[in-house]
Parts: sequence; structure tokens; C-alpha cells
Amino acid sequence: MTVIYAARRILTMNPANPEATHVAVRGDRILGAGSLEELAGWGEYQLDTRFADKMLMPGLVEGHSHASEGAFWRYVYCGNSDRIDPDGKTWPGLKSLEDVIERLKVEDRVLTDDASPIGGWSLDPIYYGNVRFSRADFDRVSTTRPVGVRHASGHIMNVNTRALKLGGLLRPGINHPGVPLGEDGLPTGELKGPDAMEMVALHVGLDRKGIAADEPGLRQFSRLCVRQGVTTAADLANPLPPEAVEMMLRLTGETDFPVRIVSLRRFQGVTPRELIERSLELREMSTDRLRLGHVKIHADGSIQGFTARLRWPGYYNGAPNGLWYATPEQLQEIFELALEHDLLVHTHTNGDEATELTLDMLQRALFKFPRADHRFTLQHCQLADAAQFRRMKKLGVCVNLFSNHAYYWGDQHYEETVGPERAQGMNACATALREGVPLAIHSDAPVTPLGPFFTAWCAVNRLTPSGRVLGNAERISVEDALRTITLGAAYTLKLDDEIGSIETGKRADFTILEDDPTEIGGVNLKDVRIWGVVQGGRIFSAKAI
Amino acid sequence: MSSPSEVPVTVIGGYLGSGKTTLVNQLLRHANGLRLAVLVNEFGALPIDADLIESSDENVINIAGGCVCCSYGSDLIAALLDLQQVQPQPDHVLIEASGVALPDAIAQSVTLIIRYTIDGIIVVADSETIRNQGQDRYLADTIKHQLDAADIILLNKVDLPEPASLNETRQWLASEDADGHVIETENAAVPLPMVLGGHLNRIPKEIAYQTKHEIPHTEHNAMVIFIDQPVDPETVAQQLSDPKLDLIRTKGFVCGLDGQIYAVQTVGRRRTISVAPHTPTDTGKIVCIRYRYPIDQQAISEVIANCKKIALP
Repeated sequence: MTVIYAARRILTMNPANPEATHVAVRGDRILGAGSLEELAGWGEYQLDTRFADKMLMPGLVEGHSHASEGAFWRYVYCGNSDRIDPDGKTWPGLKSLEDVIERLKVEDRVLTDDASPIGGWSLDPIYYGNVRFSRADFDRVSTTRPVGVRHASGHIMNVNTRALKLGGLLRPGINHPGVPLGEDGLPTGELKGPDAMEMVALHVGLDRKGIAADEPGLRQFSRLCVRQGVTTAADLANPLPPEAVEMMLRLTGETDFPVRIVSLRRFQGVTPRELIERSLELREMSTDRLRLGHVKIHADGSIQGFTARLRWPGYYNGAPNGLWYATPEQLQEIFELALEHDLLVHTHTNGDEATELTLDMLQRALFKFPRADHRFTLQHCQLADAAQFRRMKKLGVCVNLFSNHAYYWGDQHYEETVGPERAQGMNACATALREGVPLAIHSDAPVTPLGPFFTAWCAVNRLTPSGRVLGNAERISVEDALRTITLGAAYTLKLDDEIGSIETGKRADFTILEDDPTEIGGVNLKDVRIWGVVQGGRIFSAKAI
Repeated sequence: MSSPSEVPVTVIGGYLGSGKTTLVNQLLRHANGLRLAVLVNEFGALPIDADLIESSDENVINIAGGCVCCSYGSDLIAALLDLQQVQPQPDHVLIEASGVALPDAIAQSVTLIIRYTIDGIIVVADSETIRNQGQDRYLADTIKHQLDAADIILLNKVDLPEPASLNETRQWLASEDADGHVIETENAAVPLPMVLGGHLNRIPKEIAYQTKHEIPHTEHNAMVIFIDQPVDPETVAQQLSDPKLDLIRTKGFVCGLDGQIYAVQTVGRRRTISVAPHTPTDTGKIVCIRYRYPIDQQAISEVIANCKKIALP
């Protein structure tokens, strides 16, 4: 059966047919876009006018998120910016430590016993005068239950005295860079780095199991996708043990699961050869709504955590260079095996030295195993310069830049991590486009909120929290940004033949909007109102999800 | 000061292919009744020699003699906390770091868990490749950091390079000014006391002090000294770790000035002093080990005299 949807305006991202008023859908695929007259030629149809006053775009593609965003909403949101939860409730941003304590206290009153933990997330002291919080601050929430709040960066956690005690850290004599001590010789309650955090995380529920994308977490994530207009989302670094794959296949196979998940197998706890073998098995298990078989590797750490690998002259504040998370040999072996078996590899490279090493190793691997159209993608790649983008182009490499970073940590990058010059050239979308490198931009949710329009707004405006425009020359146009959050991201996932534009033969994935993103203007791009999505021909409204 | 029930932990670092896994297998093979728990980053290709394995599943390999091997992936702390649930507790934990990990950072994290104490950091270096790695544009700082962090550097595979090249590597290592004692090995064959010195009293003499006939290139000399009066254990440890003595390891018990019995232990410059878990029968006895050269009797006598002098009121 053919359904023709009438719309106020349809932006197709198909240059041969850029705009339309109607789109014809048969089953889960697009028959075509055009006028009603043009589409009537396909034969008998049913006209659906429910979107007659709405805008249609290709379903948005988030090219780098983590389904664990859904799991975080089990904990108390403590961020500085407004954020929408899976139920559609907007949690107002907290403007002071006092606000944070108050919100955690509400949770304290809801819990009936005295010992249950309270976990929070997305705290960012940068906005509160960059003061260091202490356990005394969080003791005001409770002294009987463990309280812990993860920072937005994911690298730090603040806890109360009870949590420290349960984690075995309320003792003198601790000598660890991640556990600052107070004048009393006891930890202040700030825990930095995964090891220090993990000591206490279990007791506040924020350990790795607590924040993994389990069944309820994945369900919540899928609801967030509908609210943000996302019809395909990459779950970029999943260990994908068999039981998780089984759960994901079952969930995504439900008739009303509203989003396509592309889950990449993370290189962790196995050898490169085992990684490739497992990925080949996973590839065979793929379905339309669960795409498996791609590989994710981490080359280095993060810039704001000073664990990214930078080329000379390194960090602006003189911090020592960061950490490698894989050896050059491992990168090269994985690239070679992946090229040999036609597997797609996405590599996390935050610092420019990590980008350089990754390109070096890929160049060697390509010499041994030449393969056209491999689409290996550099993820984050925040500090790449023009020469590196030119190399990417020559090597057939795609890039997915972390545009949201400017809005969250742009001032910190300017003042502390990389300094003004390099901060203004970070996440160089304009350079990537100019040099012809296939481009995507991302949220890395839950690190920053899922929402491609917000990410597009960041790439268009490059505003920092203090209102600084961080590198005017790297701003991109609204049109480029809209293409990047649809076709651009689809390309990096090798899905541009199926999704990313509204044209004959592609999946019937649409984002339904109340506002026209080309009319609302770049400054307001993040405020585009989203009605919901059509995914594989199925209609999901944000209100009803 | 550490508490009596602590389990000693040795961190084994070094770049890919240097021989960390071979070392682990050597230690397991010669464990001789010590229950070792080995934490590896990944169950790569054969983390444990097949003939040592009793049984295995996805995350744990059970090894002959009550030893176990677990993989920790990206979460060492969780693995160490899990290990505390294992009964009986291991006598010693070995952590095999990944090729680019910084072993001192791992050691520092281990100290967050109250029931573990760091016995030492061993970094294995491939004598054929370490110089190149130490000058690699991407790896140099990581390799140097690893070497700097070592209490003991195992310069491994010394049978492979040409003598001239090996000499250059020795000189390079010396010029890098790493503080760790360098022990040269083939196949990472190192006598147990060098790396698991915390259990000197439990390792039978013939194994502890086997000579170069069994394990080539790793000859070492041991002697036992006696301190027959109360002394300050800090001073004893300080004196014994003095570079002029060139001792790789010392371990023993002394009576403190407060009458308490203390276990004193040094690994290179690393000093550990703890209250003795029980009243040892051999208080005042300290085993000292030096690599390759005889222990300097006169220097040792001076050290003993110094310790006693400082003890006097």
C-alpha cells in the first residue's frame, strides 16, 4: 500500500530534487518525493495530511553517541543547561551549587529508607566559579546515605562522606593524584580518573554496570532519539558481549522500536585478531534496526582530562602529554585485518598526535591492503590541522568532529588546555568541508546531550559558555550543517545508500518539524521544535512515545 | 605503614613483545606453593602456557598450584575488588600492564585498596628493540616513563642482539638514568626472589638461590645479616637501599625501638616497613640479594654499625 504524506515543505538533501511538498511511502521505503501530481503516477494511494502544516527532513543521524545516555536518566540530572529526559520533561539547568544540593535533597525526601544511594550526573563546576566542591557540600544532602555526582566530562566525581567511607577512602595516608586531600589529611570527596572514581562508584550506583546500556537504558535511549528527531543512532563503543547482543536484537526487533542502532564493537580485552573475528560474526547478525560488525578503537584520552596525545608544543598550561590507549602495532594490525575483511573502523583520536599516528598506521596498512571506499573515520579528531585534513582526504578517511565541545569546554580550551590559537581551530568543520573530507558532527551523548539540531547550532555558531565565538573562520552554514547531520553522518556509517536523504528507494525515515530550520536562522537552530519521526514508515510522535 | 593482612602486588610493565607474559609464566612455573593471582589486561593469544592451565572460562583461568589468572580489560579496580572475594586469598598478585600503560600509575591506584600493598614495579625491556622504542617519535616519552617507574628493569632477550649492539643498549639504558636495577635475562628467566622477594622466608633455599647453572645470565648473590638489638626500622631500610650497596632486594625482621617487631623490605630504592603479622622466629635476620656481583661485606658491616649507632639514645 502506498501512503502519500503532504507537508508544508520537504527538504530532501537530494540535489536533483532539493524540495518537495509530498513524499510517497510504500512499506518501509520511499517511492519518491515531489508534488502530489508527480507521485500519483505510482498508482493507487492513500493521502495522509497529518503533516500538512509541518516540515519534513531526512531522519537525523547521530554519528557518535552512546546508548548509555538512556541509563543515566535513572540518576539525578545536575547539569547547568536545560536537558530533556526520555519522558519529555525538561530539567532546568542548575545555576549554583545551592541548586544542585536542593535537587539532590528532593531525591533524598523521595527515598523512604536512610541508606539507599543517590547518584547524580552532569555536574560542571566551571559554571559555578570553578570552585572545588567538597564532601561537606554533599553531606548537606545526606549523612546516612552515599551521595555521588559525576561531572559532565565523565572524568571526575564528587561524593559525600558516607560514600567515601563505604568506598574505603575515608582514611589518612592516601597518596594518589586522583584523590586530593583536605587539611585534615582526609580525601576532600573529589575523585578524579576512572580508578579513583570506581572505588566509590559502586556504592552510589554509578559504576560501569549501573550506567551500561541495558534493556531499560536502551528503551529510554530510543525514546530520547524520537524526541530529538533521530532515526539512526551510532552506539559508538560497546563491548557487545553475547548476552547484550541478544537483548539488543530482541529489543530492536520489537515492532514499535523507533530507531536504528549502529553499535560498534570496542577494542577491549581481546587481541586484534579476536576483535576482527568477533566483528565478522557480528556483521552476520545485523538486522535493519541493529547494524553490527563495525569496530571502534581508542588511540588516546581526552583533552579536558589532559590524557589526549598532543603534538609539540603540547598543553598550553604545561601539563605533560597524555596517554596512548593502544599501541601503534595494535592500530596497524587492526587496520590491516579490517581492510582485508572489509570491516569499517572508527578511531577515537582527540589530540593531533593521536590523529597523526592513526593516519600513519592507516597509510601503512593501506599499502599492504589497498581498498577503495573503506571510510575509516576519525572520531572527535578535535585538534586536526589543515595538513592533516588534506592527508585524510588523500587516504579516504572521514571525520566526525565534536562540535558540541565549544559550547561546554570552549573557554577551558582557550584559557587552559590548548590556548587561544589552537582552540579557535578546534573541530574545524569549515576546513574539513573545504578540503573535501566527508564530515559528520556529534554529541557523544551522554557526555553532551543528544540532539543533532543543537550540535548543528554549535557548528554554525561556535559559541562558548562565556559567549566567545571560538574561531569565526571554522563556522559553517546552516545548509552545510543540516546536510552534515543527515547525509554526512550516514556516509561515515556506510549507510548513505539507505538513509540520509529523501529520495526514491531509500528508507522511509523522516524527522517531522514544527519550524523550518532554513528560515529560523542559524542563531535559533537549536530551538527548532520537533514533532517526532517517521522511522521505516512507522510514525512516532514525541508526545506519545 | 601497612597492616599485617595486606597482599603484596607486583606491577609488571613494559612495551608490547618485551616478554611480560613470558615472565608471568616463569613466575607461575616456579611459584613453588605460593598462590599467585595474575591480572592481565586481556586474554590475548595464550596468556598462560597451556600445560599450566587446569581449567578456564571467559574471565578466569585456573592454574596448577592454586594460582589464578583474570583479565581486567579497562577496569583494574573492579578486578582487584573482585579478587578480594576469592578464598583463599592469593599470597601475591601480579598485574601485567598493557604495552602503553604507565606502571607507576597502576601502582598508585592499587594503593587505593586498603588490603593491597605494592611490592615493586618491574619493567621488561626487549634488548633488541628498546633503544628504537625509546627514540620513536610517538613512543619515546611513554617508554622512558615506564623505565623511570621501574624498581627493577629486566633487560630481556640478551641472547639475541649482537654483542656490540647489546653494549650500546646497556649504555643507552645507563644514559637514560633510570633508577631501576637492571637485570639481564633470556626468556625472562629470573629467580623468584628478585621479583617476589616478599616471600623470601617461604621460598626454599635451593630454589631461591639457584645459580646460573639453572637460569643463565641471572646469577645473584645472597647473604643474611643480623641486627641483634632494637633499631629504627626506617633507618635500616634507608641504609639497605643506599645505591652504594647495589642490593636488588632485602627482606627481614627487626625489633623497633618501641619493642615492636617490624618487617623491613626494599626493592631497589623502594622501601616498605610494616608491623610484623606474627612474632617471627628470626627477628634481626635480613636477607640481602645483589645481582651479578658479590655483596660488599665491608659496606654491609658499616651499614649494620650505622643502624645500631642511630639506635643508641
